[in-house]
Amino acid sequence: MTKKVKISELTNMLQDLDIEALEGVEIEGDIEIDIGGLGGFDPNLAHALGHETAQLSVHLANISRLLGYPVEQAFASASMSMAGQQPQMQPQDKQQIPFGSGRLSELLSAKLEVEPAQEWTHTIQEVTLGATSSDGGSRKSTVTIGGEKALPYYFDAPMPNRNYVTMDVFDMPIGMAKAVKVNYEDVMGDPGEWAKKVVNEFNADMVTVHLVSTDPMIKDTSPREASKVVEDVLQAVDVPLVIGGSGNPQKDPEVLEKAAEVAEGERVLLASASLNLDYERIAKAAINYGHAVLSWTQLEINAQKELNRKLMKQCNVPRESIVMDPTTAALGYGLDYAYTNMERIRLAGLMGDEELTFPMSSGTTNAWGARESWMKSSPMKDDSDWGPREYRGPIWEIVTGLSLALAGNDLFMMMHPTSVQVLKEITQTLYGSVDKETVDISNWVEIEMEVQ
Amino acid sequence: MKVNSPLEVYKYLPGDNCGVCGVDTCMAFASKLLDRSGQLNDCTPLLEDENKDKLEKLEHLLAPEIREVEIGIGDKSVVIGGDDVLYRHKLTFFNKTALAYDVWDTLDEDNLVERVKYIEDFKKFYVGEFLSPDMIAIRSSSNDPKKFADTVEKVMENTELPLILCSFDPVVLRAGVEKAHKRNPLLYAATMSNWQEVADIALEYDLAVTLFSPNDLDNLKSLATSFNKMGGEKLVLDPGTYPTGKELNTTFNNILKIRRAGIGGDKDIAYPIMAVPLTSWLVHKDTVTASYWETVLASVFTIKYGDVMILHSTEPYAMMAELHLGDTIYTDPRKPVTVDPGVYEVGSPTPESPLIITTNFALTYYTVESDLSSNSINSYLAAVDTDGIGVEAAVAGGQLTASKIKEVLELADFSLNEKTSHNTIILPGLAARLQGDVEDMLDANVLIGSADSGRLPGWMDKNWPPEKE
Repeated sequence: MTKKVKISELTNMLQDLDIEALEGVEIEGDIEIDIGGLGGFDPNLAHALGHETAQLSVHLANISRLLGYPVEQAFASASMSMAGQQPQMQPQDKQQIPFGSGRLSELLSAKLEVEPAQEWTHTIQEVTLGATSSDGGSRKSTVTIGGEKALPYYFDAPMPNRNYVTMDVFDMPIGMAKAVKVNYEDVMGDPGEWAKKVVNEFNADMVTVHLVSTDPMIKDTSPREASKVVEDVLQAVDVPLVIGGSGNPQKDPEVLEKAAEVAEGERVLLASASLNLDYERIAKAAINYGHAVLSWTQLEINAQKELNRKLMKQCNVPRESIVMDPTTAALGYGLDYAYTNMERIRLAGLMGDEELTFPMSSGTTNAWGARESWMKSSPMKDDSDWGPREYRGPIWEIVTGLSLALAGNDLFMMMHPTSVQVLKEITQTLYGSVDKETVDISNWVEIEMEVQ
Repeated sequence: MKVNSPLEVYKYLPGDNCGVCGVDTCMAFASKLLDRSGQLNDCTPLLEDENKDKLEKLEHLLAPEIREVEIGIGDKSVVIGGDDVLYRHKLTFFNKTALAYDVWDTLDEDNLVERVKYIEDFKKFYVGEFLSPDMIAIRSSSNDPKKFADTVEKVMENTELPLILCSFDPVVLRAGVEKAHKRNPLLYAATMSNWQEVADIALEYDLAVTLFSPNDLDNLKSLATSFNKMGGEKLVLDPGTYPTGKELNTTFNNILKIRRAGIGGDKDIAYPIMAVPLTSWLVHKDTVTASYWETVLASVFTIKYGDVMILHSTEPYAMMAELHLGDTIYTDPRKPVTVDPGVYEVGSPTPESPLIITTNFALTYYTVESDLSSNSINSYLAAVDTDGIGVEAAVAGGQLTASKIKEVLELADFSLNEKTSHNTIILPGLAARLQGDVEDMLDANVLIGSADSGRLPGWMDKNWPPEKE
């Protein structure tokens, strides 16, 4: 279910959906175009792409306020005035309520003592992706994940590195859910421009290049041809890369070998080594050209141990070059397994299982496979109205990713710009790096609301 | 729970292996008590007078670390708390996070009634059941006792859902309680400044009460200890939900500390926890932004130990995600991941009915099954043994292959020529690449179904019955 496998299938699936999606286009009333808070998004482009796109832009702008655009100042005053109304409970005439013999006149004083967890004795391996010129690469900056000594955001031990997001770029136009597609229509077919867009406009920390077209059932692009796309993207952006194949287990090893060769020294993450393909070739390519390997298994902690062991012992991949992808299942489609699998892996690592002390990556994009993300309305007639899918898709991707962040996932492979922004905001807030004015919650009960 | 071996439980059981509880031996029953799949009153001999001491002892030993609190009455009442572990794989989490959506007493009557109805009626189908909101929180935004009492009364006329009555003013709170106490509502909230008056109300009416101590866990524990001393056992703890910034990290860790202490045996703080994602609306006024952030907060505290939550957004995208995540986290991880491989009948299939292939991953199977049955598609549904892996991943990983499909048909003694008139197999859209292999191996016609089984009804309209060769 990780993306390298799913993409080739996804293409067909989503092309099918897209036709349906276009049939379902609805323009709902007059749209007020307000995309002032949208960073690099070009309003003219929004117009050019048409009404429906403009509507999405408004949605995007709305969410962008989360990132602290000045829109918020209007609201600050509201919370300030709430502060002024903090209820000072007057000591009331206590005689009027003569209840209970056990009534206390003074509060019993207590202290809550909570010890840091004792059982977390080990540190998760730190893995650095990308290499700058001083290390033989051409990236402007690198990304380091892992290094945890506790579950994420826990007081027990500070988390050394924040979560990072790598956004998907494909080497050919592919079908995708409409809510995602509107963001990429102008760059589809040009991976370099696509990569620039996710980095410059959507704040991606990294870029994942999917060499989908190499699948013999799609275009059967040769490894040499495909590696040119990798070169293009390396030229176009200066963030670290993830390079994925098509998911074809016969073809991927040679595709990734060639890609590893042209990206020599850039310390990319090769996605992926798995038990159902020739992982040794991928491991060797990583070692020879200085890259890291994504160790991908399917929701099975013991398989993850086995593959990691083989990568380390049989293939001699250094510990600082292994990242795990234990598989992401979407909210409502097995997230309970994915969540618990990751949580168990992380806890086992912290407690000293050396075969599991690696940072983790999630194919959060899988959330777009959930029907709640893309279907126009519920297939179940007794369901309540699902509302506009433009809002459902991003929240599905966010909640899927956030859940796994809490299970210990470090790196997120994602697709929708809004999802990326909100996921970054919440994970960095929990991480403790987001400064905001303190909100007075002492009288939240009396907040005045508009009727929705 | 104070015990971790069946032997420690066994010694208080009758020991005569009478079987009344449904399992053969008292030792087996002890194991069930320990993993909380059995209940003490399944053992009727234990309920007899002569065993009173043993029963009490067992009740004490087996009580969950976090107290359970019931709110509401009748079928729709909810129980919160009751957890014994910090991680769901260690056992399971009990009593799904109760989601309360708010109404307030400055809403005009029409809007109030409409909102209550909407909350009560909202439902989202999910593998054989509907997910729906659990409670309604009534806030006094007017701070006027009369208004609050009238609103409470109006809400009660329109819903049976359990209620949370919210005001920091004891006079207002009491006015609401006088109307609603028979519904066993949860009170919100006792604070450092009103605790005596609120305790009086809670004790007088024997109601559960929330203790609110924003970002001060010592005060929260002091309140809990004091209420307990006064005879209040039904407590819910709210350490304050700060919606943004560094304070949100503090809130996260406050809740974590309360639960860790409670599971660790600190009885004075071992109560259900409340989170209030609604505070998102203190910083965001735009509906989409506030709803998104509220959903994000609700997600964090569904996963990390919130037992009851107060929410505002009734946007479907928010409610659907919140309801699904509660279900996700509270699903018992011990339940099987798979269904038995085989060919199942959906409805009343005839030789003209389709044979549809899916995997034995329980979620996939039940999703397809409900899509077929709810649309009255009589069919044969084959659950291929993919080791509990879904279609897409199983095709990629080699667990769903032509020979695996052949295997399941043989296992079920399902002969295409005998059972069907069409000799046709429908593969999942995501398994399209198996088409040629399956045709060769089974000598059957193969059609590629929709990528999502929710689209099968439309697909059937276009593609079924298959054209004769």
